[in-house]
Amino acid sequence: MVDVPFDTIAGIPAAEAPDVELYHPKSWWTRYVFSQDAKVIAIQYSITAMSIGMVALVLSWLMRLQLGFPGTFSFIDANQYLQFITMHGMIMVIYLLTALFLGGFGNYLIPLMVGARDMVFPYVNMLSYWVYLLAVLVLASTFFVPGGPTGAGWTLYPPQAILSGTPGQDWGIILMLASLILFIIGFTMGGLNYVVTVLQARTRGMTLMRLPLTVWGIFTATVMALLAFPALLVASVMLLLDRLLGTSFFMPTLVEMGELTKYGGGSPILFQHLFWFFGHPEVYIVALPAFGIISDLISTHARKNIFGYRMMVWAIVAIGALSFVVWAHHMYVSGMNPYFGFFFATTTLIIAIPTAIKVYNWVLTLWRGDIHLTIPMLFALAFIITFVNGGLTGLFLGNVVVDVPLSDTMFVVAHFHMVMGIAPIMAVFGGIYHWYPKVTGRMLNEALGRFHFWVTFLGAYAVFFPMHYLGLLGVPRRYHDIGETAFIPASAHDLNAFMSVAALIVGFAQLVFIFNLIWSLFKGKEAGGNPWGAASLEWQTPETPPGHGNWGKELPIVYRWAYDYSVPGAGRDFVPQNEPPARLSAQGAHP
Amino acid sequence: MSVIVLFMVGIAAIAGWWLSQQRLTAKPWLEEGVSVDLREESTASPQAAKIGLGVFLAVVGSLFALFISAYSMRMNMVDWRTLPVPALLWFNTGVLVLSSVALQWAYIAARRDDMDGIILGLLSGGAFAVTFLVGQLLAWRQLNAAGYFVASNPANSFFYLITAAHGLHVMGGLVALGRTAAKLWRGAEVKQVRASVELCAIYWHFLLLVWLVLLGLLTGWTDNFVDICRQLLS
Repeated sequence: MVDVPFDTIAGIPAAEAPDVELYHPKSWWTRYVFSQDAKVIAIQYSITAMSIGMVALVLSWLMRLQLGFPGTFSFIDANQYLQFITMHGMIMVIYLLTALFLGGFGNYLIPLMVGARDMVFPYVNMLSYWVYLLAVLVLASTFFVPGGPTGAGWTLYPPQAILSGTPGQDWGIILMLASLILFIIGFTMGGLNYVVTVLQARTRGMTLMRLPLTVWGIFTATVMALLAFPALLVASVMLLLDRLLGTSFFMPTLVEMGELTKYGGGSPILFQHLFWFFGHPEVYIVALPAFGIISDLISTHARKNIFGYRMMVWAIVAIGALSFVVWAHHMYVSGMNPYFGFFFATTTLIIAIPTAIKVYNWVLTLWRGDIHLTIPMLFALAFIITFVNGGLTGLFLGNVVVDVPLSDTMFVVAHFHMVMGIAPIMAVFGGIYHWYPKVTGRMLNEALGRFHFWVTFLGAYAVFFPMHYLGLLGVPRRYHDIGETAFIPASAHDLNAFMSVAALIVGFAQLVFIFNLIWSLFKGKEAGGNPWGAASLEWQTPETPPGHGNWGKELPIVYRWAYDYSVPGAGRDFVPQNEPPARLSAQGAHP
Repeated sequence: MSVIVLFMVGIAAIAGWWLSQQRLTAKPWLEEGVSVDLREESTASPQAAKIGLGVFLAVVGSLFALFISAYSMRMNMVDWRTLPVPALLWFNTGVLVLSSVALQWAYIAARRDDMDGIILGLLSGGAFAVTFLVGQLLAWRQLNAAGYFVASNPANSFFYLITAAHGLHVMGGLVALGRTAAKLWRGAEVKQVRASVELCAIYWHFLLLVWLVLLGLLTGWTDNFVDICRQLLS
């Protein structure tokens, strides 16, 4: 181990990165459309992701209308219901959350937080966005092709995904797989950028252990995504070949409509292994950036340094590594070797340990902090609550004996919406309210924001908390109409209607949020450079919003970690990362 | 899935080794001032592009490890009929080796500031790579003519799929190589292309390695290894 001394002399010259040639836009087109500036690309990613996310939101309304008031809406038939489920799930998980956390937050925050001028490969970064946009357009086009989008469920399990009984068998499934392949190619381009920028473009003094946890979360999630998405690529390509060329990678011998199909001998379980080898890390690809963002929000808005920073970093890395050996807990009822279940249940329960460490550390950061109940803080608190709730039901489902009866019930739907639907979205909202002033120079409207928070948080709880009870009753998921059964009482139907009304109200609150985003852009209160008094580097830019190249003439020098809040003896209740120690001691001497 | 798990263990070992060098036990809340990293002063930090290529190779490696995993699971099913490997593949392998050697030649020439050597190496490397791709296409045609169609047996499907995936990666490499050659064509100096030549050479060696592994898989040489892997998890 090389000893690394830390000196406290302030007069160290700023380092210029000589081999990074900054790209200079020449026209309006290259500045705002085909831009290679990570900040513009981030905004493009975010707007695209939120736009397609609104489509998924409307789909969820339609599903809830059908579930809450079955038979009332003649324009929703069983096939369409399955199509809504599929597209809602796929869009929300991949095209909204993954793209928004990594492409949106990652592009904006990584260069600013590590003190770089831009991503290291700006051209590839631009390509990444345009390929992503193409993937989104291909996905959206499936709504307009003959037969409509695929209704195979977001997991696209063969054999049913490509058989004629499933809606969207003609074009829907083909375009869906093509869109996924495009998304993965586009993401790989972006992902290489995020990783190499964190590794290579950190400014002077920014050691790995001084990185804000947001960067740690996004970095680790990107590494995981780079390694996990190939599994989805392999599965998509092979399924596409099964559909187009009639190969039998996944398709077993089966009889369809009384006739023997051309397929034979394939293994649907092979698809499930490949899919979930991607699918489980995907949960943490969405969760780790959320963890990072929440850590930073809590520390900043409680004016207290993050509790157990080292433990937080180690936990992120441990979760990232462990998440590759838990995939088959999604397959307990698939008919795989039962001994696998024992192994995967064990690893699943082990992953709860680093996750719990993180939750304890958030709570301990709040303990005796100077808690400001700003809107980002409210969302951060809501994240902790929903994440703990969803995480605990995850412990139920991680056990084989509990999972088997609950599998394919609404309990599973409630669990994953709490843990990877509501919780990450809370982090997204918290992050947007927190960083919007840096991106635009204006604050989001406070009253609208508080309305948005309370309706979203309480409303989402009203939708998904009762859903656990439906699951325990045995109400199955993916059913268009549960009809009359002996085991589902009338009260369950009333509960469904209640949840549907709540879902409509929550959706409406998102429209208020979108309005706030646009309205505040023009009419919001001027924010200044650092409205929250935050210590991390992105708040110390010479201009707000940060100009091209982020840092003016000289790159900042980092003298401390990102969490120096309420330091005893300091003049202010935060010390920016780039403030030299000498000034700190001078301020301390003359208060 | 054991092949991909083994691959991930390898990646985790590399990541773990790297992390162990990063002072993850530091207590940043106690340390103020600019850290002077002695290692940074002593060795030049590798360029971003090289790190980027390294990360990309990990992604490509994971892709092929997944193909191999799927192959080894699917070949266990009763309908698997191993197809005869065309003799042409051996010729193609030889050509790919030559291509890699040519690129290494170009890289060595670039380090010696030998412009003619770079041009010779790049052009012959590119030509060999194109020959390899043509050879692979001919092998496909031979198999097709002999009645081994893509959908007639999973072994055939995998053969076409895996060789196509590898071929596409060679084509991507040719694009990078073409860009480097174009730079030279426009009169770039040696030091402007040295890094690109090195990256091309690394990528070529990697693809050769992948091809040798795939060849072992397709010809059945690695069946024993695959069996061992399978037994690890069952």
